[in-house]
Amino acid sequence: MDLTVQDLACARGGLPVLEGVSFTLRPGRALMLRGPNGIGKTTLLRTLAGLQPALSGTISAPPEAMAYAAHADGLKPTLSVEENLRFWARVFGQRDIARALDEFNLTELAHRPAQNLSAGQKRRLGLARLLVTGRPIWVLDEPTVSLDAASVALFGAAVAQHLRMGGSALIATHIHLGFEAVELDLTPFRARPRAMDRFDEAFA
Amino acid sequence: MIALFLRDLALAIRAGGGFGLGLAFFLIVVVLVPFGVGPERGILAAIAPGILWVGALLACLLSLDRIFALDFEDGSLDLLATAPIPLEGVVAMKAAAHWVTTGLPLTLAAPVLGLLLHLEPAAYGWLVLSLALGTPALSMIGTFGAALTVGLRRGGLLLSLLVLPLYVPTLIFGAEAVARGAAGQANATPLLMLAGITLATLALLPFAAAAAIRINLR
Repeated sequence: MDLTVQDLACARGGLPVLEGVSFTLRPGRALMLRGPNGIGKTTLLRTLAGLQPALSGTISAPPEAMAYAAHADGLKPTLSVEENLRFWARVFGQRDIARALDEFNLTELAHRPAQNLSAGQKRRLGLARLLVTGRPIWVLDEPTVSLDAASVALFGAAVAQHLRMGGSALIATHIHLGFEAVELDLTPFRARPRAMDRFDEAFA
Repeated sequence: MIALFLRDLALAIRAGGGFGLGLAFFLIVVVLVPFGVGPERGILAAIAPGILWVGALLACLLSLDRIFALDFEDGSLDLLATAPIPLEGVVAMKAAAHWVTTGLPLTLAAPVLGLLLHLEPAAYGWLVLSLALGTPALSMIGTFGAALTVGLRRGGLLLSLLVLPLYVPTLIFGAEAVARGAAGQANATPLLMLAGITLATLALLPFAAAAAIRINLR
């Protein structure tokens, strides 16, 4: 499924942060979002995932086509690795979690409670969730935080596999992931501060 | 949606899940009341329906802020909002899980605790019936309050202030049904009002709570 974004503007905390964002993401491709801290990468991804409304502009793909992964992994500390993953699989109507465990090298940890995992292992489990969503467009916010080099390679391989199977990925990251991807720097899209015409708008 | 319900039950029962907190609080309140007002049979029997209902209500209130706060902190709520389950369904399942881990045990424990308060023998059935009819409304209203305050640091105080006035009608009709049952009077009207409140909250509040969560996640 193509993801075409046209002239998108989005806001954080009521203030516009990005405007005029346009790009097209085709199946089998990955797009890396770059830009300094605070430019609005997370805001853009949350808008695409349907968690907040866009100020203006159009997004061609529905939020139902996207699998969103943020800084927080949504893990329950008292559930085991397998139970955490199986829960998300059932929510997304999927059965098979063995492949997800295997691709992120979690099979040996399957019965360990999530509270006993290291930060990197938690991150891997959070990313393994993407595989059980069955959704074509991955929308990832800083997916490699707290991953070591080997785990980054595992993650890169998983994304590459997803792209080969006709999926696509939109990734906000600062590092290189080892597969071919188009880069999009968000700096030129920074929203210009607008003059408030009326007093009331300051509180809108 | 069943998966979410089962997960919430599993989380409540495992270590640190808060299952039993409400029940223990209910027990403490009811055990302490005779020490406070004296062991006189007449007085205790007269206030027993009210004490049992107030105790159950406060016990329900204790665990409300956990309903969405934990899911919000660990990011699950964001992920659930982008999942194929409608958010209204998420809210309904959360309320159902809260009722099964709080309201249901309170309903079952209430007759035992009624014994400590010299509750009239005729009132035991009405006590269980009124709690069974009324506690789902407490869970649903509480879930709505939790949805309104999700994302607020230390939202517990605001949550209590928001929810307590909404609990008042349930408390009035619930306690009234038991008191009339104890006195041998007809109590169909308060019971029907109680059932009406529960059905209305179950029908309306999932939509209101889902809308509140959508706004709070922005």
